[in-house]
Amino acid sequence: MTDAIRIKAPLTDDDVLKLKIGDSVLITGKIYTARDAAHKRLFELAQKGEKLPITLKGNVIYYAGPAPTKPGYVIGPAGPTTSGRCDPYTPTLLAHGLKGMIGKGVRSKEVRDAMQKYKAVYFTATGGAAALISKNIKAVKIVAYEDLGPEAIRELEVENFPVIVANDAFGGDLYQEGIKKYKR
Amino acid sequence: MREVSSQVIVDTVARLCMEANYYLGDDVIKAFEQGLQKEESPTGKDILNQLLKNAQIAKHENIPICQDCGFAVVFLDLGTDTCVKGNIIEAVNEGVRKGYTEGYLRKSIVSDPIRGKNTGDNTPAIIHTTFVPGDKIKITVAPKGGGSENMSEVRMGKPADGIEGVRTFVIDRVLRSSANPCPPIVVGVGIGGTFEYVAFLAKKALLRNIGVRHPDPFYADLEKELLQSINDLGIGPMGLGGRITALDVFIETHPRHIASFPVAVNINCHVARHKSAVI
Repeated sequence: MTDAIRIKAPLTDDDVLKLKIGDSVLITGKIYTARDAAHKRLFELAQKGEKLPITLKGNVIYYAGPAPTKPGYVIGPAGPTTSGRCDPYTPTLLAHGLKGMIGKGVRSKEVRDAMQKYKAVYFTATGGAAALISKNIKAVKIVAYEDLGPEAIRELEVENFPVIVANDAFGGDLYQEGIKKYKR
Repeated sequence: MREVSSQVIVDTVARLCMEANYYLGDDVIKAFEQGLQKEESPTGKDILNQLLKNAQIAKHENIPICQDCGFAVVFLDLGTDTCVKGNIIEAVNEGVRKGYTEGYLRKSIVSDPIRGKNTGDNTPAIIHTTFVPGDKIKITVAPKGGGSENMSEVRMGKPADGIEGVRTFVIDRVLRSSANPCPPIVVGVGIGGTFEYVAFLAKKALLRNIGVRHPDPFYADLEKELLQSINDLGIGPMGLGGRITALDVFIETHPRHIASFPVAVNINCHVARHKSAVI
């Protein structure tokens, strides 16, 4: 991780356009957790043209539902969940200004196309490395949908949060490239 | 007939829920270390190193390895010469409730699949009971994450499919799963039995420790061969390309009907959790 690119969240178009698949990136700033249950609600509000509980413009969504917080900790273990479950809602969120997503696993063609159209980036964090990842989260507050429990939307303040660019704004797909390179 | 109090069941299940979520097995740690030697992808190596570090943090701080603390799948091997005072099913669920609440484990269960809300205590458990000779009770808690469970499948094939059908189905299932189940994965394969039993066999296969082969050399060889084929796919750690896609493949079999050839693939993420106790 010596050659990691450091970026600040929220992101600008310039931030997004300098990232290519395979880049190691350290994110510092504010990001928001949302899983598919929260996405469904955001999507329905956006469809109706109603105000969303968080601003999407320039922001990064982290597909994660943390474990409960032990006394003395900022947050419980909080690794990425499978991104594909949010795919049906993602193009609409991208159209509303979402710039970055952090999760794990492959995205649909519709999402990859929308990422090119609206200039957005998809990062992968290491699934299952939840205890380690939580050390890069410095503050947390629930900002919407508290009734969803672990699936509520949380605002996280992260510092050098380690991710890899899996899909860039140019149609690059690290999952396809990686397999091509190592397949026997 | 030996009497066992239900409170012992409660306390044991609660302890195993926490231990399984905090302490990754030595077999898995060793598999990560061996994987590091074989992995050619720099990103893959980096990920395996993160997983080793993560397991250390979880162990030393008594916090979950992964935020998905799983569906509590509980295997009960009940000695027929034991008698549990009280309701054993209620005791297992009470143990899960206690373990997930007191252990700061994530509660991931919704009460009804379509209309449900989170039950708030990770109950009910999935309980598999087997009667065995003797006066002991063996309890195994194997918390199962959703991401890898979603990549699992049952196929009711034709007897003519034979060993080639098993190979094709297992490899195809892993290939289609790609990055989603958090590779390096552990692959449980059930062959034979009925529709529901073959899925149980695949789940049971995941309880084996990494590196332990099937006692029948025919299936032991098939396990080794499937592992090699899966690692040749190039999916690699977290699906970003690499040599280490699976840590192991385990097969469990059962006699089948002359008309049927059921095969099940149950995929586990790299957090291959299971802890047992005998009481």
